[in-house]
Amino acid sequence: MRSGLNVTSPPGFRKLVLITRKAEFSASHFCAVPDLSVAENEALFGKAARRSGHGHNYVLEVTVTGDVDPVHGMVMDLKVLKEIINENVVDLYDHRFLNHEVEPFDRVVPTPENIAKDIWRRLEAPVEEKDCRLHGVRLYETSDLYVDYFGPRESAAR
Amino acid sequence: MRLTRRYSFSASHRLHTGVLSDAENESLFGKCNNPFGHGHNYVLEVSVAGEPDGLAGMIVPRGKLDDFVGRTALDRIDHADLNNDVKELRQIVPTTENLSLLVHRWLSSAWDVEFGDDGATLDRVRIEETARNSCEVTA
Repeated sequence: MRSGLNVTSPPGFRKLVLITRKAEFSASHFCAVPDLSVAENEALFGKAARRSGHGHNYVLEVTVTGDVDPVHGMVMDLKVLKEIINENVVDLYDHRFLNHEVEPFDRVVPTPENIAKDIWRRLEAPVEEKDCRLHGVRLYETSDLYVDYFGPRESAAR
Repeated sequence: MRLTRRYSFSASHRLHTGVLSDAENESLFGKCNNPFGHGHNYVLEVSVAGEPDGLAGMIVPRGKLDDFVGRTALDRIDHADLNNDVKELRQIVPTTENLSLLVHRWLSSAWDVEFGDDGATLDRVRIEETARNSCEVTA
Protein backbone atom coordinates (compact mmCIF):
# COMPACT_ATOMS: atom_id res chain seq x y z
CA MET A 1 0.00 0.00 0.00
CA ARG A 2 1.38 3.37 -1.03
CA SER A 3 1.66 6.00 1.65
CA GLY A 4 0.94 9.69 1.18
CA LEU A 5 -2.01 11.55 -0.28
CA ASN A 6 -4.95 9.79 -1.76
CA VAL A 7 -4.65 11.00 -5.33
CA THR A 8 -7.70 9.29 -6.74
CA SER A 9 -10.49 11.86 -7.02
CA PRO A 10 -14.10 11.02 -7.83
CA PRO A 11 -15.15 11.79 -11.42
CA GLY A 12 -15.87 15.48 -11.92
CA PHE A 13 -13.55 16.46 -9.06
CA ARG A 14 -10.26 16.21 -10.92
CA LYS A 15 -7.99 19.03 -10.01
CA LEU A 16 -5.90 20.97 -12.49
CA VAL A 17 -2.32 20.97 -11.26
CA LEU A 18 0.08 23.37 -12.97
CA ILE A 19 3.83 23.59 -12.53
CA THR A 20 5.93 26.39 -13.94
CA ARG A 21 9.62 26.63 -14.75
CA LYS A 22 11.28 29.94 -15.55
CA ALA A 23 14.20 30.44 -17.95
CA GLU A 24 16.01 33.41 -19.43
CA PHE A 25 17.66 34.04 -22.74
CA SER A 26 19.16 37.13 -24.32
CA ALA A 27 18.73 37.70 -28.01
CA SER A 28 18.64 40.45 -30.56
CA HIS A 29 16.01 41.12 -33.20
CA PHE A 30 14.31 43.74 -35.27
CA CYS A 31 10.65 43.93 -36.28
CA ALA A 32 9.88 44.83 -39.87
CA VAL A 33 7.64 43.53 -42.62
CA PRO A 34 9.73 43.11 -45.79
CA ASP A 35 6.96 44.41 -48.08
CA LEU A 36 6.53 47.67 -46.18
CA SER A 37 8.59 50.82 -46.58
CA VAL A 38 10.99 52.07 -43.90
CA ALA A 39 8.48 54.76 -42.91
CA GLU A 40 5.59 52.27 -42.72
CA ASN A 41 7.61 49.88 -40.59
CA GLU A 42 8.65 52.68 -38.22
CA ALA A 43 5.00 53.72 -37.91
CA LEU A 44 4.07 50.17 -37.00
CA PHE A 45 6.99 49.05 -34.86
CA GLY A 46 8.72 52.28 -33.80
CA LYS A 47 12.42 52.04 -33.01
CA ALA A 48 12.15 48.24 -33.11
CA ALA A 49 12.05 48.44 -36.92
CA ARG A 50 15.69 49.53 -37.21
CA ARG A 51 17.45 46.85 -39.23
CA SER A 52 20.65 46.94 -37.21
CA GLY A 53 18.62 45.33 -34.43
CA HIS A 54 18.53 45.58 -30.66
CA GLY A 55 18.39 43.10 -27.82
CA HIS A 56 16.26 41.97 -24.91
CA ASN A 57 16.72 39.87 -21.82
CA TYR A 58 13.74 37.64 -22.40
CA VAL A 59 12.14 35.78 -19.51
CA LEU A 60 10.23 32.63 -20.32
CA GLU A 61 7.77 30.85 -18.03
CA VAL A 62 6.66 27.41 -19.15
CA THR A 63 3.63 25.89 -17.44
CA VAL A 64 2.95 22.19 -17.65
CA THR A 65 0.05 20.09 -16.40
CA GLY A 66 -0.49 16.40 -15.79
CA ASP A 67 -1.21 13.85 -13.13
CA VAL A 68 0.64 14.03 -9.84
CA ASP A 69 2.57 10.80 -9.68
CA PRO A 70 1.46 8.86 -6.57
CA VAL A 71 5.01 7.79 -5.75
CA HIS A 72 7.25 10.78 -6.38
CA GLY A 73 4.51 13.43 -5.94
CA MET A 74 5.38 15.44 -9.03
CA VAL A 75 3.65 16.36 -12.29
CA MET A 76 7.09 16.39 -13.89
CA ASP A 77 10.55 16.54 -12.43
CA LEU A 78 11.45 20.24 -12.79
CA LYS A 79 15.02 19.26 -13.68
CA VAL A 80 13.61 17.40 -16.68
CA LEU A 81 11.46 20.39 -17.63
CA LYS A 82 14.52 22.62 -17.33
CA GLU A 83 16.44 20.34 -19.71
CA ILE A 84 13.55 20.30 -22.19
CA ILE A 85 13.42 24.11 -22.17
CA ASN A 86 17.18 24.44 -22.49
CA GLU A 87 17.57 21.91 -25.30
CA ASN A 88 14.61 23.08 -27.35
CA VAL A 89 14.55 26.82 -26.77
CA VAL A 90 17.35 28.41 -24.75
CA ASP A 91 20.23 26.67 -26.55
CA LEU A 92 18.79 27.81 -29.90
CA TYR A 93 17.75 31.34 -28.93
CA ASP A 94 20.31 32.51 -26.40
CA HIS A 95 22.81 35.08 -27.70
CA ARG A 96 21.46 34.83 -31.21
CA PHE A 97 20.18 37.40 -33.68
CA LEU A 98 16.73 35.89 -34.15
CA ASN A 99 16.03 37.30 -37.63
CA HIS A 100 19.29 35.95 -39.03
CA GLU A 101 19.96 32.81 -37.02
CA VAL A 102 16.76 31.20 -35.77
CA GLU A 103 14.15 29.62 -38.02
CA PRO A 104 11.34 30.74 -38.73
CA PHE A 105 12.29 34.34 -38.01
CA ASP A 106 14.01 34.74 -41.36
CA ARG A 107 10.45 35.03 -42.72
CA VAL A 108 8.26 35.61 -39.63
CA VAL A 109 8.53 38.87 -37.65
CA PRO A 110 10.00 38.00 -34.22
CA THR A 111 7.39 39.81 -32.15
CA PRO A 112 6.83 38.32 -28.68
CA GLU A 113 3.52 36.95 -30.02
CA ASN A 114 5.29 35.01 -32.77
CA ILE A 115 8.17 33.95 -30.50
CA ALA A 116 5.68 32.55 -27.96
CA LYS A 117 4.00 30.53 -30.71
CA ASP A 118 7.35 29.21 -31.89
CA ILE A 119 8.32 28.25 -28.34
CA TRP A 120 5.03 26.37 -27.98
CA ARG A 121 5.71 24.53 -31.24
CA ARG A 122 9.16 23.51 -30.03
CA LEU A 123 8.07 22.40 -26.54
CA GLU A 124 4.76 20.64 -27.13
CA ALA A 125 6.09 17.27 -28.32
CA PRO A 126 8.96 16.89 -25.82
CA VAL A 127 6.59 17.68 -22.93
CA GLU A 128 4.05 15.15 -24.21
CA GLU A 129 6.80 12.53 -24.46
CA LYS A 130 7.00 12.82 -20.66
CA ASP A 131 3.25 12.11 -20.37
CA CYS A 132 2.47 15.74 -19.52
CA ARG A 133 0.73 18.50 -21.41
CA LEU A 134 1.97 21.98 -22.17
CA HIS A 135 -0.50 24.39 -20.55
CA GLY A 136 0.91 27.84 -21.22
CA VAL A 137 3.90 29.85 -22.30
CA ARG A 138 4.49 33.31 -20.90
CA LEU A 139 7.21 35.36 -22.55
CA TYR A 140 8.43 38.67 -21.16
CA GLU A 141 10.13 40.80 -23.78
CA THR A 142 10.73 43.44 -21.12
CA SER A 143 9.34 43.73 -17.60
CA ASP A 144 6.61 45.96 -19.08
CA LEU A 145 5.46 43.71 -21.91
CA TYR A 146 4.60 40.04 -21.95
CA VAL A 147 2.42 37.60 -23.84
CA ASP A 148 0.57 34.51 -22.66
CA TYR A 149 -0.06 31.74 -25.16
CA PHE A 150 -2.14 28.69 -24.36
CA GLY A 151 -1.69 26.91 -27.65
CA PRO A 152 -3.92 26.37 -30.66
CA ARG A 153 -6.67 25.08 -28.34
CA GLU A 154 -6.28 28.05 -26.02
CA SER A 155 -9.93 28.94 -25.57
CA ALA A 156 -10.40 25.61 -23.78
CA ALA A 157 -7.32 26.09 -21.62
CA ARG A 158 -8.24 29.46 -20.13
CA MET B 1 -3.24 34.70 -27.03
CA ARG B 2 -2.98 37.55 -24.61
CA LEU B 3 -0.63 40.51 -24.57
CA THR B 4 -0.09 42.43 -21.36
CA ARG B 5 1.41 45.86 -21.03
CA ARG B 6 2.47 47.34 -17.68
CA TYR B 7 2.22 51.07 -16.98
CA SER B 8 2.95 53.02 -13.84
CA PHE B 9 1.21 56.02 -12.35
CA SER B 10 1.35 57.83 -9.05
CA ALA B 11 -1.69 59.13 -7.22
CA SER B 12 -2.95 60.05 -3.79
CA HIS B 13 -6.13 58.99 -2.08
CA ARG B 14 -7.90 58.64 1.22
CA LEU B 15 -10.12 55.73 2.13
CA HIS B 16 -13.17 57.22 3.79
CA THR B 17 -16.92 56.88 3.43
CA GLY B 18 -19.59 59.35 4.57
CA VAL B 19 -21.83 56.40 5.37
CA LEU B 20 -19.76 55.59 8.46
CA SER B 21 -18.77 57.69 11.46
CA ASP B 22 -15.23 59.04 11.79
CA ALA B 23 -14.46 56.43 14.42
CA GLU B 24 -15.81 53.63 12.25
CA ASN B 25 -13.84 54.89 9.26
CA GLU B 26 -10.66 54.95 11.28
CA SER B 27 -11.29 51.50 12.64
CA LEU B 28 -12.07 50.10 9.17
CA PHE B 29 -9.41 51.80 7.05
CA GLY B 30 -6.70 52.42 9.64
CA LYS B 31 -3.80 54.54 8.35
CA CYS B 32 -5.50 54.75 4.95
CA ASN B 33 -8.11 56.99 6.59
CA ASN B 34 -5.56 59.74 7.37
CA PRO B 35 -7.44 63.02 6.64
CA PHE B 36 -4.54 64.37 4.57
CA GLY B 37 -4.45 61.30 2.36
CA HIS B 38 -1.39 59.43 1.15
CA GLY B 39 -0.01 58.22 -2.16
CA HIS B 40 1.13 55.16 -4.05
CA ASN B 41 3.23 54.23 -7.04
CA TYR B 42 0.59 52.20 -8.80
CA VAL B 43 1.10 49.74 -11.63
CA LEU B 44 -1.62 49.29 -14.23
CA GLU B 45 -1.61 46.13 -16.34
CA VAL B 46 -3.80 46.04 -19.42
CA SER B 47 -4.24 42.67 -21.13
CA VAL B 48 -5.47 42.37 -24.69
CA ALA B 49 -6.73 39.10 -26.16
CA GLY B 50 -6.64 38.25 -29.84
CA GLU B 51 -4.66 36.60 -32.58
CA PRO B 52 -1.51 38.21 -33.96
CA ASP B 53 -2.17 39.42 -37.48
CA GLY B 54 -0.44 37.38 -40.15
CA LEU B 55 1.72 40.16 -41.52
CA ALA B 56 3.05 42.17 -38.57
CA GLY B 57 2.67 39.39 -35.99
CA MET B 58 1.07 41.59 -33.36
CA ILE B 59 -2.27 41.37 -31.52
CA VAL B 60 -2.21 45.13 -31.30
CA PRO B 61 0.41 47.74 -32.20
CA ARG B 62 2.13 48.88 -28.98
CA GLY B 63 2.07 52.55 -29.88
CA LYS B 64 -1.66 52.47 -30.49
CA LEU B 65 -2.33 50.67 -27.20
CA ASP B 66 -0.04 52.98 -25.22
CA ASP B 67 -1.64 56.05 -26.73
CA PHE B 68 -5.14 54.74 -26.00
CA VAL B 69 -4.42 53.73 -22.39
CA GLY B 70 -2.63 57.03 -21.85
CA ARG B 71 -5.45 59.31 -22.90
CA THR B 72 -8.33 57.07 -21.75
CA ALA B 73 -7.01 56.19 -18.30
CA LEU B 74 -3.54 57.30 -17.21
CA ASP B 75 -3.99 60.99 -18.02
CA ARG B 76 -6.97 61.05 -15.66
CA ILE B 77 -5.32 59.38 -12.69
CA ASP B 78 -1.57 60.02 -12.89
CA HIS B 79 -0.48 62.58 -10.28
CA ALA B 80 -4.10 63.05 -9.30
CA ASP B 81 -5.91 63.20 -5.99
CA LEU B 82 -8.25 60.31 -6.70
CA ASN B 83 -10.93 61.40 -4.22
CA ASN B 84 -11.34 64.86 -5.68
CA ASP B 85 -9.79 65.03 -9.15
CA VAL B 86 -11.60 61.99 -10.55
CA LYS B 87 -15.30 62.78 -10.63
CA GLU B 88 -16.35 59.11 -10.85
CA LEU B 89 -14.63 58.46 -7.51
CA ARG B 90 -16.04 61.40 -5.58
CA GLN B 91 -18.99 59.42 -4.22
CA ILE B 92 -17.22 56.10 -3.70
CA VAL B 93 -14.17 54.94 -1.77
CA PRO B 94 -11.09 54.93 -4.05
CA THR B 95 -9.97 51.42 -3.15
CA THR B 96 -7.96 49.43 -5.67
CA GLU B 97 -11.15 47.47 -6.42
CA ASN B 98 -13.16 50.58 -7.29
CA LEU B 99 -10.26 52.09 -9.21
CA SER B 100 -9.78 48.88 -11.22
CA LEU B 101 -13.50 48.72 -12.03
CA LEU B 102 -13.44 52.34 -13.15
CA VAL B 103 -10.38 51.90 -15.37
CA HIS B 104 -11.95 48.77 -16.86
CA ARG B 105 -15.13 50.75 -17.59
CA TRP B 106 -13.21 53.62 -19.19
CA LEU B 107 -11.21 51.29 -21.41
CA SER B 108 -14.05 48.96 -22.34
CA SER B 109 -16.50 51.75 -23.20
CA ALA B 110 -14.04 53.32 -25.65
CA TRP B 111 -12.51 50.02 -26.81
CA ASP B 112 -14.60 49.20 -29.88
CA VAL B 113 -14.14 52.60 -31.45
CA GLU B 114 -10.38 52.14 -31.20
CA PHE B 115 -9.85 48.42 -31.69
CA GLY B 116 -13.13 47.13 -33.14
CA ASP B 117 -11.53 46.49 -36.52
CA ASP B 118 -8.42 44.81 -35.08
CA GLY B 119 -10.17 41.78 -33.59
CA ALA B 120 -8.46 42.53 -30.28
CA THR B 121 -10.53 42.50 -27.09
CA LEU B 122 -9.92 43.91 -23.63
CA ASP B 123 -9.19 40.84 -21.54
CA ARG B 124 -8.15 42.14 -18.15
CA VAL B 125 -7.32 45.19 -16.08
CA ARG B 126 -5.05 44.64 -13.11
CA ILE B 127 -3.85 47.31 -10.71
CA GLU B 128 -1.10 46.95 -8.15
CA GLU B 129 -1.54 49.47 -5.37
CA THR B 130 1.75 48.34 -3.89
CA ALA B 131 3.97 45.41 -4.77
CA ARG B 132 1.94 43.43 -2.24
CA ASN B 133 -1.65 44.44 -3.07
CA SER B 134 -3.34 44.05 -6.40
CA CYS B 135 -6.80 43.75 -7.91
CA GLU B 136 -7.80 42.16 -11.20
CA VAL B 137 -10.95 42.80 -13.22
CA THR B 138 -11.98 40.64 -16.15
CA ALA B 139 -15.06 41.03 -18.32
